[in-house]
Amino acid sequence: MSSAATSATATEFVRRKPPPAVRRKRLIATVADHTILVAAGLLFLLPFLFITLTALMSNDQALSARLWPHPFEWSNFVDVFTKAPFMTWIGNTLEYSILATVGVVVSSIPVAYAFAKLRWRGRDAVFIVVLVALMLPPQVTVVPLYVMWAKFHPFGFNFIGTLWPVIIPNWFGDAFTIFLLRQFFLTIPDEYLDAARVDGCGEVKILFTVVIRLAKPAIAAVALFSFLYTFNDFFLPLLYTGENANHWVLSIGLSEFRSLHQVQWNLTMAATLLVMAPVIILFFLAQKAFVEGVTLTGVKG
Amino acid sequence: MSQTSVAGGTIPAAALTVDRRRARRKAAWRRRGLVLLFMSPWLVGFTIFFGYPLVMSAYLSFNHYDLLSPPRWVGWANYHYLFREDPQVWTAVKNTIWLICVLVPLQVLFAFGLAVMLTRARMGVGVFRTVFYLPALAPPVAATLGFVYILNPVTGPVNVILSHLGIQGPLWFQDPHWAKPSLVGLGLWGVGTVMVIFLAAVLDVPKQLYESAELDGAGGWNRMRYVTLPTISPVLLFAVILGVIQGLQYFTQAYVAAGVAAGQASQAADVTAVSLGYPLDSTLFYPVLLYQHGFVDFQMGYASAMAMLLLGVSFCVTLVIVVNSRKWVHYGGAAR
Repeated sequence: MSSAATSATATEFVRRKPPPAVRRKRLIATVADHTILVAAGLLFLLPFLFITLTALMSNDQALSARLWPHPFEWSNFVDVFTKAPFMTWIGNTLEYSILATVGVVVSSIPVAYAFAKLRWRGRDAVFIVVLVALMLPPQVTVVPLYVMWAKFHPFGFNFIGTLWPVIIPNWFGDAFTIFLLRQFFLTIPDEYLDAARVDGCGEVKILFTVVIRLAKPAIAAVALFSFLYTFNDFFLPLLYTGENANHWVLSIGLSEFRSLHQVQWNLTMAATLLVMAPVIILFFLAQKAFVEGVTLTGVKG
Repeated sequence: MSQTSVAGGTIPAAALTVDRRRARRKAAWRRRGLVLLFMSPWLVGFTIFFGYPLVMSAYLSFNHYDLLSPPRWVGWANYHYLFREDPQVWTAVKNTIWLICVLVPLQVLFAFGLAVMLTRARMGVGVFRTVFYLPALAPPVAATLGFVYILNPVTGPVNVILSHLGIQGPLWFQDPHWAKPSLVGLGLWGVGTVMVIFLAAVLDVPKQLYESAELDGAGGWNRMRYVTLPTISPVLLFAVILGVIQGLQYFTQAYVAAGVAAGQASQAADVTAVSLGYPLDSTLFYPVLLYQHGFVDFQMGYASAMAMLLLGVSFCVTLVIVVNSRKWVHYGGAAR
């Protein structure tokens, strides 16, 4: 109580009105700040606006110098589905995203736990290996991996041309996910785990009952990142399915969309918007998980 | 607890210590087994999808291999061609260095500026943060397509607006001199992730540091220079490393932009083969060249040699950045 009272008088003392000159200067600074912010914000939004406007134009209009659609061609969004195998691409993308995300989360949790909460010789050295694997470009290992999948034919099944070479590695832990989960597990107080141990819990049970429950937000963030990564992934699906259009994911389909439909910028932009939409909707639904996850990578890294 | 049993005299002391030692050893083995069990997904994955390919890549780089006939040992020939003869490698290396040297500093500067502006804002912070972050969310292929359209020379909105202002806009992705700057623009549009990280770091700077700096008479600039920058320097380092690593594997945007721009110019149906690096190899980055050798021409041995060079370079770059960082990065814990 008393401390609150003293701080209140202190703030009163500080918050006396500054002289008019200072106030004017501050007002100008605030206005200038917000002007710059609004200008920058518009600059960031403008590309979205142009993409949307073009997506609503007729083909002739998109090829003219007009910026505003007249009339609005809402049917473009339907045409995208009829003129390209968009549904197939969506199906393939979902197959990749879901199978990979579930695999990444399930396989990375125990590994992250072993790095964060179990003590064993060489732990820190092995963790550095994980970080190094995280740093290296995927191009470094991609050639032998391609050769491996090309030469591997169990029961005559051909992996090249399918999405499996991109999906399966995700079932064996992912360096980024392990890193992120470990960072979060480290913030769980050891006392919780020790309490469970005293109660006779084994490490497996601790992981399932205590850690996973406490780490729900982090697991959600990690799953979200994995989903986004796979949804956006282009290089690896292109390598393995580039020749087989039946297994294209959305990102490949979109990149080839314009050569499927000569110069139809309006349809291409409608397709572009359709590919952006799920990610943006997901962002607004799970904004908190996003921001938490992103800051977790940076601040505690 | 064991004292009671010794006092009871039923078990000789020597046998007990052996028993206890055995039990302890058993527990240790069980713990080791547990760690192994928990680590097993990563151990298996790392061996098959990282360790093995790394070794194999080194082996293949000394071979001629086209996937059809078995690998043929050629010694250092691939490396000789890579360093001495391949006319495109130097272009690709130059382009990659250009991209990293221009894009990374600009991204860090831009993201930091936006983050600081956001901390100074009084109104609509959440809205602005979302607006700046949105483009970073857009899938790279979609964002690139959008950018190539917006910057298309004749009917693209940017050049249309420029022509209304009486300015003849450049050819952007069609012009060898403007293709890379256009990609930089695309990269700056997607700066949101870095900005969010910086924003969190700037907001995390302890208030009392600013207060004591203010008491010492530090103005806005000095507070920025001597309080904000040193405190968030680990995060700046993180952003630089991330930027350089991403620069070394820059592929999707270059591939898509070149493909779409080339298709627009030639109107031909399948242009992938000629489009890599369009226009005039100006967007031919190292990963793009690696892709061309490995997966368009199927020169697996030569592509492996390129991969080994990339491995060496990315390893050295990370090392150099981390070692040099000791000079200017301030870690809160270490100073105390």
